[in-house]
Amino acid sequence: MNSFLTLVKRDLLLAYRSRGEAFNSLIFFGLVILLFPIGISASEKLLAEIAPGLIWIAALLASMLSLDNLFKEDFHDGTLEQWALSHHSLISFAWARLLSHWIITALPLIIIAPMFALSLNLPTEAIGVLIISLLLGTPLLTFIGGIGVALTTGLKKSSMLLPLLVLPFYIPVLIFGASAVDVSADGWSAAGQLYILAGLFVLGITLAPFAVATSLKVSVSQ
Amino acid sequence: MLFSAHQLSCIRSHKTLFENVSFQISAGQLLLVEGKNGAGKTSLLKLLTGLRRPDSGEVHWNNLNILNSESDFRSHLAWLGHQNPLKEEQTALENLILLGHIRPRNTNSMISALKTVHLGHVKHKFIKTFSAGMKRRLCLASLLIADTPLWILDEPQAALDKAGIALFEDLAEQHLKNGGMIIMTSHHSVNIAPEYIQTLKLGQESQ
Repeated sequence: MNSFLTLVKRDLLLAYRSRGEAFNSLIFFGLVILLFPIGISASEKLLAEIAPGLIWIAALLASMLSLDNLFKEDFHDGTLEQWALSHHSLISFAWARLLSHWIITALPLIIIAPMFALSLNLPTEAIGVLIISLLLGTPLLTFIGGIGVALTTGLKKSSMLLPLLVLPFYIPVLIFGASAVDVSADGWSAAGQLYILAGLFVLGITLAPFAVATSLKVSVSQ
Repeated sequence: MLFSAHQLSCIRSHKTLFENVSFQISAGQLLLVEGKNGAGKTSLLKLLTGLRRPDSGEVHWNNLNILNSESDFRSHLAWLGHQNPLKEEQTALENLILLGHIRPRNTNSMISALKTVHLGHVKHKFIKTFSAGMKRRLCLASLLIADTPLWILDEPQAALDKAGIALFEDLAEQHLKNGGMIIMTSHHSVNIAPEYIQTLKLGQESQ
């Protein structure tokens, strides 16, 4: 537990010291959402209709964009080897890394999402559901993506492999996340979609670290 | 304490790097692995740490296979590869604290370890301002605060200047006198009392 907290603290400190990089995914998220209305020169009604899907797609792409850095530095400077050979379990390393990555890349995005939702004319009733769906969905994106990153970290050229590996698993999250916001914007209850997201969330955060730890072990043994 | 390798062999992309490598070291001994570039020195060290599985043969710590789940090998091992596991955006002391968390700690204080490797005056400076030799010395300091009898080091003298190499040899000899074990590769001659040293030459049979 002690080493877990130390790792999270280290990651947050490192992210704070290189703030420019940490905000990359946030800037990307904002740009996608802001450029969309300009591109399709849309009416308020059309924007409100596409807003749930648009915000969710932007969040998904932003989270995928930031995935690459998840284990890269630790792999190249040998930190990962050190953890793999320590008496600590790699699972707590994976957990700490995934959690801090989510805090750094996804949490700021969730905080500003309501602002973008309003600018896209999404009904105010749906904003609460949007935040809940993002809170349940973005950790899943990070944790599932983490498995793919852990598998491809040891490879030299893997630029297209990672999206190919993780996108199929992102699609259910996207479907239920966007649809939760969509139905609540139409005035219906989004409970069903949110329950499914919550179920996936529990599965993801409990099981993915095991897969990540095992894949990391494979990556360092090459 | 006994560390031994039995009939190890390693095959990398259909090429046999080495086969039937066996040795045994006990407390207070240093194994110097020699061989030219590409002879498989780093691969051998990785087999010995358990990072990679041998294609055949076994590595034993106190007569128990290190890959056995009951082996307590990992809490006795300090490994230093050819990279320095340091973060550029952290200070020397912050890096050392983090490395201290990875391995079991002994009673040496971080500050005294930094002073031993002559980095006491830069402990609050960022690693990105360090030279390659200073980074290496900081990694050596991480060995001093670890309570691990076995050091496996991949070219520990790389990037060190003459004073740095002498410092490393002092530290290594001290560790051996205290009953530690060292396995290391090196391109330089090692100036440590010869009664401690065993030498293993790789890549000769295949010639």
